Amino acid sequence: MELNDVLAVNKARSGDTDAFRVLVERHSRSLFRLAFRMTGNQQDAEDVVQESFLRAYKQLAKFDERASFGTWLYRIAANCSLDLVRSRKRRNEHLAPPSESAAEVEDPVVSLPSTAPNPERMALSSEVRERVALAMRDLSPTERTAFVLRHFEGMCMEEVGRVLECQPGAAKHSVFRAVQKLRRALEPIASPAK
Amino acid sequence: MNHLTEEQLILHYYGEEGDALAAEQHLDECNTCRDHFTSLQRVLNVVDSLPVPDPGAEYATRVWSQIEGRLPSRRRFLVPVFPWRWLAAGAAFAGLLVAAFLAGRFYPQPRKPQTMASADPQHGERVLLVAVGDYLERSQMVLIELANAHPHKEMDITSQQERAGDLVSESRLYRQTAEHTGNHAVAGILEELDRVLLDIAHAPSKLSPGELETLRQRLEAEGILFKIRVMGSNVRSQEEPAGAGGTSTARQKL
Repeated sequence: MELNDVLAVNKARSGDTDAFRVLVERHSRSLFRLAFRMTGNQQDAEDVVQESFLRAYKQLAKFDERASFGTWLYRIAANCSLDLVRSRKRRNEHLAPPSESAAEVEDPVVSLPSTAPNPERMALSSEVRERVALAMRDLSPTERTAFVLRHFEGMCMEEVGRVLECQPGAAKHSVFRAVQKLRRALEPIASPAK
Repeated sequence: MNHLTEEQLILHYYGEEGDALAAEQHLDECNTCRDHFTSLQRVLNVVDSLPVPDPGAEYATRVWSQIEGRLPSRRRFLVPVFPWRWLAAGAAFAGLLVAAFLAGRFYPQPRKPQTMASADPQHGERVLLVAVGDYLERSQMVLIELANAHPHKEMDITSQQERAGDLVSESRLYRQTAEHTGNHAVAGILEELDRVLLDIAHAPSKLSPGELETLRQRLEAEGILFKIRVMGSNVRSQEEPAGAGGTSTARQKL
């Protein structure tokens, strides 16, 4: 699979857009998952995916063939998401102070349709998802990126550090802070008594 | 018995604990740590319940159709053109060559040529020194603002992060130039500074007094502000004689 990626990259470098299309088709969905978990918003995630492929295409010459194309692309997408989350955070801070009700309205994750079978479970799982989405939203952009890459994408701390362009120690620290914040926010609903 | 720290439990959850066997053994024996670990597992399992919407079966095709027209063209110079265009271009080029030759022959020449800045190997270094001097000054300002922050108040470092991000993207060019011109000391400091600025750019936008203190201690331990000051003054002192030297050389040549 990786060999195919490398061949496709080489062809795309020499102007073969069909080869680049293969890469887009192969990696779009995984990039979308990453972008959605980082931005918490479907439209933003789709924008991030497009922007990431455009940036990747412009930077194909810089891609080191010994590396994994997927990881390299993830790095670009994570940075695009970081840029977007940071700019959105600044914009929101300028517009209005963050509040729980505002967060509920803004973050479409909280209004995702439930797949649970009965109304009671539906209400419960919807509340849980709501709390998880809010807790994720309360993480700083770096904490959120580090956590998503470690927890959902299964990258080791060193890889997370490479994506964030920081030392593995700093990446580890961001993951710790993220987990601690999530724990504080979600422990009440995660405990068996509830 | 030493309990496992929260960090160790998190690393163990992700399978990155250095001594996994010892941690596992401790969890078997210690109820307190096992309870903490179970609670951590529950919280992280709850996080897993966050669904990702399905973008649809045709998503990849949709992405492609949205970006295809926006891809910058590659190897535009190889696009085939009609032969008469090549002929016209060739004729125009030959005409230019003849005109340049005649102009060179008949234009009154100065007695001695001026020094050519681009051919002067010192010129590249002078440009680098001026740019690096300015860069170091701006970096120093960002670091000083953080180092002098109120010791007991949380600080919003968004503006410093933005500037740090900009500085990082600039520094790559200077570092490459410094390496290219053999100025390894400058390249080394820039690399060190780069790491600090990157960590600032990627830190949370609000730093607690404790986090600010950690940053201050790091700046102090690495002596980065001191190094910047020394490098800055070196750069300025090299910049002045280099500029003066350059002028006097030019004057001598004239």
